[in-house]
Amino acid sequence: MIRVGLPYHLRNLAKVGPEVELDVPPPVTIHTVLSALESRYPVLRGTIRDHGTLQRRAFLRYHACGKDISFQDPNAPLPEAVASGSEPLLIVGAVAGG
Amino acid sequence: MSKIRVLVGTRKGAFVLESDGKRQKWTVSGPHFAGWEIYHIKGSPVDPNRIYASQTSGWFGQIIQRSDDGGKTWNPPGSKPEDLVGPEGMPKGESNKFAYDTSDQTGRPLTTHQFYDGSQHPWEFKRVWHIEPSLTDPDTAYAGVEDAALFRTTDAGKTWHELSGLRGHPSGPNWMPGAGGMGLHTIVIDPTNPKRIFVAISAAGTFRSDDGGATWKPINRGLKSQFLPDPSAEVGHCVHRIDVHPSRPSTLFMQKHWDIMRSDDAGESWTEVSGNLPTDFGFPIRVHAHQPDTVYVVPIKSDSEHFPLEGKLRVYRSKTGGNEWEPLTNGLPQENCYVNILRGAMAIDRLDPCGVYFGTTGGQVYASADNGDRWNPIVRDLPPVLSVEVQTLP
Repeated sequence: MIRVGLPYHLRNLAKVGPEVELDVPPPVTIHTVLSALESRYPVLRGTIRDHGTLQRRAFLRYHACGKDISFQDPNAPLPEAVASGSEPLLIVGAVAGG
Repeated sequence: MSKIRVLVGTRKGAFVLESDGKRQKWTVSGPHFAGWEIYHIKGSPVDPNRIYASQTSGWFGQIIQRSDDGGKTWNPPGSKPEDLVGPEGMPKGESNKFAYDTSDQTGRPLTTHQFYDGSQHPWEFKRVWHIEPSLTDPDTAYAGVEDAALFRTTDAGKTWHELSGLRGHPSGPNWMPGAGGMGLHTIVIDPTNPKRIFVAISAAGTFRSDDGGATWKPINRGLKSQFLPDPSAEVGHCVHRIDVHPSRPSTLFMQKHWDIMRSDDAGESWTEVSGNLPTDFGFPIRVHAHQPDTVYVVPIKSDSEHFPLEGKLRVYRSKTGGNEWEPLTNGLPQENCYVNILRGAMAIDRLDPCGVYFGTTGGQVYASADNGDRWNPIVRDLPPVLSVEVQTLP
């Protein structure tokens, strides 16, 4: 089971808690996890990555295992700790403004 | 007795204000979509329980919300899994997806427009500024977006398709963003001819379609904008708002960046009717519910100082179709008032005498139940108000 942490506004939009759990068949990558997330919560389509290009929105980042993996190849395998469910993939809103 | 429902979009959510026809005591619900910018929220004239809202965020993009019970509950249309998958398992469109139509069949190439510095800049979708529900079908609505284009849904917001003839107009490379972006912020459908649609874009100007949105012509003859190399250019004007009276849809009133303008030939030509206004800069303009020559504006000091002259919040009303204007101040702050009233933040109900409503960037929503003669705040402390619409319910 893959764990995904969502920022406050996306939790409210999808009507879920801070973290959701998803079944994601291998390979477990940023793209496959997000596709599973969007399939289960279609309202999130377009809010994390572009509908067409699947590019990450400019004011969002992906974190895992204490690292910023925003610029990792989205088709590359995620760390084993994420794939095994011991660590979440975190979707984080950029701190913009003051 | 009739009921009134005022729909308020703010920087941090939507609010629904309701009253009976006396319009003295109000209930307030909200914030709906707390923390999100609600650029516009408007009900269907055919089915007043059907309300569309544009929910948007610099972080998370564009969401369309729909209520089918008068604003009590909301859902993004078409966001159930079964809505999004066709019978053969292929994905269908999404309610949040606003993709410029570049197809060979119905689209136009994605070109560039003029940027602030004069360079050419690619068209990029940012948000929905305005949703205009059809006058005849509750499942049909138009969306005006930034960067400027017009979209239409015919399935109650599940899918949106661009009417690309507007964005593809040959003048597109000369359009440029206003201070708030290059938004298509005003859509007016002719109530006597649903094929005739007027739109306004900052800063391109006003356009008219006579074939339901397939083709468009700029209708800006008579406008003068000193910031343009040619002040009388065909496009490039910063039109802030237009409005018509349903009984006389060929007469349009316009609040331009500067100047109040009037056209009596469906936009073919315009004449200035700023008359005795103390300043003719401003954002909203609305026409009275029952008197086609009675018009309301809220003059703002200047394009550099977006607040009322002398700290006095004054609505101005003309009963002569422009030129002769009277200040309406009863109940409005007449000292130390430095709020702004944005282009979409004024509305008129259909009762007699008609109610006039406007919201401010200071979070007040003011209401007049007597054509603007006297005003009272319905609420004082909302987030900055982006839009105000009103529904007159049986």
